[in-house]
Amino acid sequence: MKPVYLDNAATTAVDPSIIEAMVRCMAKTYGNPSSAHLMGIEAERQVEAARTQTADVLGAKPDTIVFTSGGTEANNLAIRGILDTFIEKGDQGHIVTTAIEHASVGRVCDWLETKGFGVTRLSVDERGIIDLEAFKRALRPDTRLVSIMHVNNETGSMQPMAEIGDILKNASKRPLFHVDAVQSFGKYPFAPEKWGVDLASISAHKIHGPKGVGALYVRKGVRLTPQSLGGGHEGGLRSGTSNVPGIVGLGMASELAAARPIAEHAMALKKYFVECVRDAITDFRINGPGIEEGAAHILNIGFKSVKGEVLANMLSQQGVYISTGSACSQRQRTHASHVLQAIGVPRDYVDGSLRVSFSIYNTTEEIGESVEILKYCVNKVRMFVRR
Amino acid sequence: MESVILLRYGEIHLKGLNRPFFEGCLVDNIKSALKGIGPVTVTRGRGRFFVHCPAAHAEEAMERLSRVFGLISLSPASVCERDMAAIEEKAVELVEKRLKRGETRTFRMSCRRADKQFSMDSMEMNRHLGGVILGAFPDLTVDLDHADIDLHVEVREQVYLYTETIRGAGGMPVGSGGKAMLLLSGGIDSPVAGWMMAKRGLSIEGVHFHSFPYTSERARDKVYDLCRRLAPWCGHIRLHVAPFTEIQESIYQQCPHEELVLIMRRFMMRIAQRTAEANGAGALVTGESVGQVASQTLESITVTNDVAKMPVFRPLIGLDKVEIMDIARRIDTYETSIQPYEDCCTIFTPKHPLTRPNLGRIVRSEEKLDVEGLVGRAIEGIEIEEFSQ
Repeated sequence: MKPVYLDNAATTAVDPSIIEAMVRCMAKTYGNPSSAHLMGIEAERQVEAARTQTADVLGAKPDTIVFTSGGTEANNLAIRGILDTFIEKGDQGHIVTTAIEHASVGRVCDWLETKGFGVTRLSVDERGIIDLEAFKRALRPDTRLVSIMHVNNETGSMQPMAEIGDILKNASKRPLFHVDAVQSFGKYPFAPEKWGVDLASISAHKIHGPKGVGALYVRKGVRLTPQSLGGGHEGGLRSGTSNVPGIVGLGMASELAAARPIAEHAMALKKYFVECVRDAITDFRINGPGIEEGAAHILNIGFKSVKGEVLANMLSQQGVYISTGSACSQRQRTHASHVLQAIGVPRDYVDGSLRVSFSIYNTTEEIGESVEILKYCVNKVRMFVRR
Repeated sequence: MESVILLRYGEIHLKGLNRPFFEGCLVDNIKSALKGIGPVTVTRGRGRFFVHCPAAHAEEAMERLSRVFGLISLSPASVCERDMAAIEEKAVELVEKRLKRGETRTFRMSCRRADKQFSMDSMEMNRHLGGVILGAFPDLTVDLDHADIDLHVEVREQVYLYTETIRGAGGMPVGSGGKAMLLLSGGIDSPVAGWMMAKRGLSIEGVHFHSFPYTSERARDKVYDLCRRLAPWCGHIRLHVAPFTEIQESIYQQCPHEELVLIMRRFMMRIAQRTAEANGAGALVTGESVGQVASQTLESITVTNDVAKMPVFRPLIGLDKVEIMDIARRIDTYETSIQPYEDCCTIFTPKHPLTRPNLGRIVRSEEKLDVEGLVGRAIEGIEIEEFSQ
């Protein structure tokens, strides 16, 4: 059996056409886009073309796109870039975020709290969704920034972006609105201008692009403090020689993603996966949003009396690659995921939770095969529980 | 430019007729520690070795030699011909170098005429060179008891001058005491135990028990990393990775759960011993420390020790955890050891392990298992990995 890769929320396989284009770019267009000569100009053209490709997917102008090294840097640049001036003035104020953010938002908010900001971390219901009334109540006259992720990386829960945007539009003093859109970009409709989003973080490697490149959408008129100083690249917001092949890859990945029916395909696979599990395995639960309600490409599923890590190891031994929780937190000592805790997954199921995530490359046959293997593994692991 | 490092060795002195063997062992270890550093020569003096290496690599060489067991101390030295004018020049140069580095008021001379053919004797040299230094640096005074600078001059075929002495790793040359098989888990204790036995002159091979999928592949990488960190001390390390899953599953299914760990450890001892015998090792080494966990009480050790025929060295037996952690930090294995890739195995640690097991009962529980078959298959499945310094 060919290996089955079902960890697409962690990262995706790079599309062969993108690999080819990046190799060509590295081999032929190695000029520095800041150089005045023809080789530099050609590189600059490719960077600008990629900027347009990326912006198009967001329905935005190219000059709203700041290329970064990925989602984490984009999140840091957005949040710290907005709030640095308040720290300088000693006029910190307040931030609204959620309890289920990615660490690159969560940790920045923790840090800002130590710098004197008040932070409200909205809790979520068992579907992983915030309460809009609670959100309204959380807003204060001194709220500087709202940072809420679109699609959660562990459970696939989707926040009501348009409604949040509306509430902010009608607020007496409108704070800036940042969205971590890393898991949604290119897969689900995302319209920053229509929804009143000021800043949005995206990443290439979640949509079959390369690792190490992403972007921050910055609405025209929003001023940021750069987090790295130097030659003034990217409109002064992100100094450092442009990652030309990476940016070319991001542009292509954006265009490809927008042209492919990823959500439809992934939803069909997710439904089929759950159907197969239902027929094969007992004592499981879907964590977070209902199947149709959550993001199509992410399924969080908990198996009773199973250690998720052992299950994932056993699956990988059989050639099925699935993660427990999120890859970013697996190197840390604390095992229970903050997201699964926030949505109140029962104790017996937290340890045995897997995050299955699909891509356009996965097939129905693969799903059938991997559930067969999953069945074997769950049964085996259940024979060896700690007594 | 060439640099010279003077190395002093310790306990080897005591070894009478075996001395050439120990010295030979040490020279080999010195040479292999310096592999890749450029053209290096090692010459012998009485109770000393002199390492000549390219000046550009002198610091790296010092660093590496500080981890060679059997050396008590090291001094980076200057060399010159046996000519008083040349010696004076070097002496002044060395003192000047030290003065530049910081507050220095006093000095003393420690000259030694190893070659009695040289025109001046040690006392005369002390007086003469002391005068030269005082002339060159009028602010310095002589202090025989608490000198800031102790300038050593040794007259041999050439003349060696040095002002600094750094502590060596001590112990005995690795390999001079034979070979032992270390049970290497990936925790804090076992690498320290291996290091301590290497310090006593044993060369070390490791055996690691791998329980994929109950422990992660990263647990194996962690053990590799520990071997890389031990190699500069132990020289070459061969690691045997034994598949342990089948054994754990069988014990789990067929034996009382409170006995799981003890029976498991008996299997580890058996496999380690067989691997030791096959590889010419004459002892086992474990990181056990009395009372640290349930499987390390006197009664538990009695049970696990029962299957061992060869000596089992437990160098940490009387150390506290904090003492072990201190050594782990010093030898730079601590940070690797505390990486959390081991805990999947908790499935096989019972909630209430025995602390006062009865050997007879454990042996009876084991009778349900195909001990020979299980051990044999684990040994057949061993994968070997080699680590050099």
